[in-house]
Amino acid sequence: MNSDMQNICEQYKGHSTRKFIIIIFLVLVLMGTILVSLSMGASSVGFSDSLKALFTKTGLTSAIVWQLRLPRIVMAVLVGCALALAGSVFQALLKNPLASPYTLGIASSAGFGAVAAIIFGGSFYGQYLIAGSAFFFSLLASCLILGIARIKNTTPEVMILAGIAIMFLFSSLSSFLQYMGTVEQVHEIVFWFFGSLSKVGWQEISVAAVMILVPVPILIKWSWDFNLMAAGDESAKTLGVNVTGIRMGGIVFASLITAAGICFTGVIGFVGLVAPHIARMIVGSDHFFLLPSSALIGGILVLAADTLGRTCWAPQVIPLGIVTSFIGVPFYFYLLMKKKKAYW
Amino acid sequence: MLSINNLFFGYKNTNILKDISLELHKGEILSIVGPNGTGKTSLLKCITGIHKPDCGTIMINGQDLCKMHRRNRAKSVGYVPQNSPSKFPITVFDVVLMGRRPYMTWRPLNEDLKKVAYIIESMNLKEFALRDFDQLSGGQKQKVLLARAVAQDTDYLLLDEPTSSLDLKHQLEVLELLSSLVTENNAAVMLAMHDLNLASRFSHRIVMLNKGQIICSGTPQQVMKTENIRSVYGVEAIIKQNNGYPYVLPTGTAG
Repeated sequence: MNSDMQNICEQYKGHSTRKFIIIIFLVLVLMGTILVSLSMGASSVGFSDSLKALFTKTGLTSAIVWQLRLPRIVMAVLVGCALALAGSVFQALLKNPLASPYTLGIASSAGFGAVAAIIFGGSFYGQYLIAGSAFFFSLLASCLILGIARIKNTTPEVMILAGIAIMFLFSSLSSFLQYMGTVEQVHEIVFWFFGSLSKVGWQEISVAAVMILVPVPILIKWSWDFNLMAAGDESAKTLGVNVTGIRMGGIVFASLITAAGICFTGVIGFVGLVAPHIARMIVGSDHFFLLPSSALIGGILVLAADTLGRTCWAPQVIPLGIVTSFIGVPFYFYLLMKKKKAYW
Repeated sequence: MLSINNLFFGYKNTNILKDISLELHKGEILSIVGPNGTGKTSLLKCITGIHKPDCGTIMINGQDLCKMHRRNRAKSVGYVPQNSPSKFPITVFDVVLMGRRPYMTWRPLNEDLKKVAYIIESMNLKEFALRDFDQLSGGQKQKVLLARAVAQDTDYLLLDEPTSSLDLKHQLEVLELLSSLVTENNAAVMLAMHDLNLASRFSHRIVMLNKGQIICSGTPQQVMKTENIRSVYGVEAIIKQNNGYPYVLPTGTAG
């Protein structure tokens, strides 16, 4: 093996090592954000107190940390990870930098599910009914898209067009129901569309965590298939990738993750689109690195947004969806302006 | 040996390929020539598995290609498309590394990296190795895609008009590279070609297609005939000889 060759190999490995380090760094940032978030809130439980309370199970401080702050934090991280992960998978599979859980109409059909539950729920009205209905409808939307894709050709363009149609269908259905609803119901609906973490407890978290985390190893295993498909279906096929199968499977998993992420918390904008792009700017397009970094960035973004939203204007809580966009958009623009290459 | 027997392929109402039978042997370059829209690319895509033939068989060493597992198929047939649009940025090294996909499970192994580095080095691509693929020129991209197919380590290599967007020097470079692959690795190469002179110069055999059917096949000398070019292309041409290779000089449209 000659030195030039060794050189190229070493350079490439250097790149990979750097990406591993970035991922570790992101994990540390996430943990730091969790700690900061843990020590901030209405009751002034400080940094060291809240840390101590994490390891004691009794007392008021511990109750505040374990029952109020921690569930909210964990859910924020989970939702952020879920939306970002789903966004990167959709972007790879549909070869479209604009793809996200929104583009495929999954978020708006989940919204419709929640609206329908609020309006028609009657006496059964409750959080689980809303979540269940949102979950059901988001999966229904992805089934619709996959069904349409099966009848026509499974090209990414057909899927995006179908997704946008579904998005409009469900948002007008939601508007129609809102038009019929009472003032209280409409209030509740508006609240759901803003996204909120105030009602989640450990039970909801465990349900969401299972659905979000189980597909992750499979998606990572498929990361090279995603790489190849992002470069073109035909060449992916000639390199032995089961293009149709991976696209179907990827969309099912990404929809499941999206649904699990948003069914308890409502629509949280923008993370699914922006986190994958931020990750791509930092670690490049290899999905083996892109998927975890994108998930971590999504988690950090949503948690930071929620922490800001509940502290900066306390005791008022600014809805999560709004703060996420407030934080995400400027950061996104900053990176967009700073980028060196034609793309990133 | 790769053998195609009575292959038919078409989209809904149109037949693209009609009753194609041909053989591709190791150690030879076979060029498919013919006018635009005559089915050259479709034929290559049928062999690589992008298209599914309507009937007929494609066999490699006695095994039916259509019944092979897609990974094994990717280990025996490589394909270089005309161009590879990429929506997201990717380095040249990563593009070549994609050729190792049929051999990977989770991640590329050290051997895969070494192999890719060796190919990049031997194809003089090392100065771009970590550059963005989309920033390369057409000729460089073509070489990178060829490098990817080489990394795929297949006995059979199919190229769709590998010279169509290249300047003179790059055209010759790519074809000389293919020739050396064939002689050194005993590979078999099938090209879809527009340039009849390059096809004659570098191919052992040529198959001339028109409207999805094989009109004639044989050595360049046997195929490059005035009457063949008139009937297939509708062009009057003079055939000259240089160094034992036929050269086609078109003089005007026929009729």
